Amino acid sequence: MADDPSIFDRRAVRAHRDRAAQKLAEGTEAEFLHREIGDRLLERLDDVKRSFPAVLDLGCRDGVLARALARRQGVERVFQADVSPAFARLARISNRFFPTVVADEEALPFAPASFDLVISNLALHWVNDLPGALIQLRRALKPDGLLVAAMFGGETLTELRQALLQAELTEEGGASPRVSPHADVRDAGALLQRAGFALPVVDRDRIQVTYEHVFSLMADLRLMGETNALRERRRGFTRRATMLTAAEEYLRRYADKSGRLIANFDIVYLTAWAPGPGQPQPLKPGSAARRLAEALRTEEHDGENDPGPRRA
Amino acid sequence: MADPKPPESEAAPRAETRAPESRGAQVDPKLLEILVCPVTHTRLRYDAEKQELISDAAGLAYPIRDGIPIMLQDEARPLTASE
Repeated sequence: MADDPSIFDRRAVRAHRDRAAQKLAEGTEAEFLHREIGDRLLERLDDVKRSFPAVLDLGCRDGVLARALARRQGVERVFQADVSPAFARLARISNRFFPTVVADEEALPFAPASFDLVISNLALHWVNDLPGALIQLRRALKPDGLLVAAMFGGETLTELRQALLQAELTEEGGASPRVSPHADVRDAGALLQRAGFALPVVDRDRIQVTYEHVFSLMADLRLMGETNALRERRRGFTRRATMLTAAEEYLRRYADKSGRLIANFDIVYLTAWAPGPGQPQPLKPGSAARRLAEALRTEEHDGENDPGPRRA
Repeated sequence: MADPKPPESEAAPRAETRAPESRGAQVDPKLLEILVCPVTHTRLRYDAEKQELISDAAGLAYPIRDGIPIMLQDEARPLTASE
């Protein structure tokens, strides 16, 4: 559709994940990033006292994270969902008694208040309407249910982006969109709040991976199912000359001391609660029992007559 | 933990060889309880014979393959007038 405003081609997202699942089933994989982030998501749950009887793993891939979740105290049932039928199938084969469904993050098929916990490992960054998806997730959670999600964000693959951009400008005199635009930490916090979540926390960490060659990085991205799914992406193959120039650019600009190429993955973590009765609420304005100035051990200024300290 | 967890794949390899179609191919009843139509968010009818989840509101039938409901609009079958 010419007037389709969406950025990502969801069929391409699904096809890329299907291909990744196919390769994984054949024994060729690059799951290291997803395994690592999955472990980090699980660690986050260690700090939470509430138990989670009904859990949804959204973007379950081959079911490794779902299996780890099922081992946790208090978890009674883990639902596995993936937009890729091939991944859902793999997850179902690995975890035969886990309820498994093919579901699109943009149009979730879950009744309100179905889950105590939704966990999502690197699946939400290809969603066109992230605010809409977050609203749907909040509704799918029971009151006081928890969302814990990791997504690629910020400066992820900025080196690759820059190298390709430079190569296209040099070789072809123009550039096409290559690497997905990512959510920022600040955006994500505001989105969670607007989606009706309580107590949102957003933070970020960076994982640096080094590669021998830019082509091995791109091979890994294919195995992850993380290649370009931009709607306006260029179809077909990139010219050989452009790829070689990109490889040179990458080596020239982003190699470490030993000559290995640096690739940064920025992971944005979203943690937020569906509103519930027992949660801490913000106090009403004007209900403070002590003056702010007292707490800050400073003098109170009259805003009208005294402009206060200037900032450069 | 007191309550028994669903056995994991590596824990029950024998059941797989004995009865490959028995449970793996069935859609989980607990899943049917929470699924709604992704287009209209309305309840679904389960057609066990055809292995479909039917959304009357959307006029779509979502296929169930090997016990996995495929809740994607573009994989769903439009209902005919007589259905």
